Amino acid sequence: MSADYSKIARSGLWDDNIIFGQMLALCPLLAVTGTATNGLGMGLATAAVLVMSGVAISLVRNAITPEIRIPAFVLVIACIVTVVDMALNAWLHDLHKVLGLFIPLIVTNCAILGRAEAFASRNSAPAAAFDGLMMGLGFTASLVFVGACREILGSGTLFANASVLLGPRLGFLEITVIPDYDGFLLLILPPGGFIILGFLLALKSIVDSRQRASGHTADSRLPKVFTAAGVLSPEPEGETAR
Amino acid sequence: MTEGSAVAEAAEHPASPGWLRGRIDAFRTAPIAHGLLLGLFSLLTALVLAVVNDLTRGAIEDRATEDLYASLAQVIPDDIRDNEVTAGPLTLDDPQEGPVTVYRALQGGKVTGTAYEMIGYGYGGRIEVLLGVDPDGQLLGVRVLSHAETPGLGDKVEAAKSDWIFRFTGLSLGNPGPDAWKVKRDGGSFDQFSGATITPRAVVGAVRRGLEFFGRNQPALLAAPADTTASPEAK
Repeated sequence: MSADYSKIARSGLWDDNIIFGQMLALCPLLAVTGTATNGLGMGLATAAVLVMSGVAISLVRNAITPEIRIPAFVLVIACIVTVVDMALNAWLHDLHKVLGLFIPLIVTNCAILGRAEAFASRNSAPAAAFDGLMMGLGFTASLVFVGACREILGSGTLFANASVLLGPRLGFLEITVIPDYDGFLLLILPPGGFIILGFLLALKSIVDSRQRASGHTADSRLPKVFTAAGVLSPEPEGETAR
Repeated sequence: MTEGSAVAEAAEHPASPGWLRGRIDAFRTAPIAHGLLLGLFSLLTALVLAVVNDLTRGAIEDRATEDLYASLAQVIPDDIRDNEVTAGPLTLDDPQEGPVTVYRALQGGKVTGTAYEMIGYGYGGRIEVLLGVDPDGQLLGVRVLSHAETPGLGDKVEAAKSDWIFRFTGLSLGNPGPDAWKVKRDGGSFDQFSGATITPRAVVGAVRRGLEFFGRNQPALLAAPADTTASPEAK
């Protein structure tokens, strides 16, 4: 089947956004979104791995039998993450100093296995790469947004330490939003991540229902099915109940 | 059952082009085939990892050495030495810490500062801490060389992310007293981070052990090196 790229983009960026649509990858979300900068670093590293694992899994999809696909995907993803870690460390060492902390965390991101299972294993390599990119960008945007909310409310700054990640030229991004702020520790700690996530989910739900009411999207929202592998099945022909 | 029928079918038409295909399809459904395929995948990924590891090992070691040299320059001030700190490191065998590589700053043939690594164990595994210590056992500076602590919580031990690590400069085992070499939560005098106590605890512990190491080995550490490799033109 030919891939519908605008649908893939919409799915990755909004409808099935890893955080706000699929509710996956909450572990990295809670761990790194204390600041917007860390969210950005984690998001970009994950996006790169999503693209690569999408292509790799799409290329081997016909060689894998259904019974062993999950362990085979895990092997491929773990291999890619380790290779990226080693290559960055060797040849882009300054970037590795900053992103290096995030890369091992990517293995814990079930969204990557989820995309491998739900999309890459059923589509051509270019479509899988595009899906990985869109999912990754949607994920990055979510992490930066949650990170920004937590950082502003929790420590009164925005993009703290951005110059370490992006170079001194982008140091102007570092803003003190609330001067002489004592900080709100709860929001920096993982519970704060859950609280902010809850409010943002409610917000997205309102936007979605407004859109539906105004007839923007005429799709009858099918109930999504979540499994341990993080697979969801918006299409009626989905085979989640295996 | 599928296997049996497929084999029978294949036996009927041994020369037909579908013969091999039928055999392969039949074989692919057998449990042994899954095992073999998965084993093949494991071998392939292991091969890729081995090749990449081999390609990158040298470069990664070079980068680690560069990092060490850059950090050495931060814990040994330029104005107390006339040698190249990285030249002629000393390896001491300590009963508690095992072999420790010590880099020495020399001025006029006398040791004016020492630097060595200590390992602490934090939330994410090994934390390599580099200490610079002057001849009286006072800290010239402390830097974390490598760690895998949680971004945003434990990584404030990096000099690039917080000024916490500069707190150690000028301290010694007598200042603060031996009982105060702990994080505040444990009754000591060092701040922990909000949300991360284990990381600073590991770093404070490693620095304290480093100073005790200095105390045990002070004579050996301060002995003037026999072969004076100090080159006057070194910056």
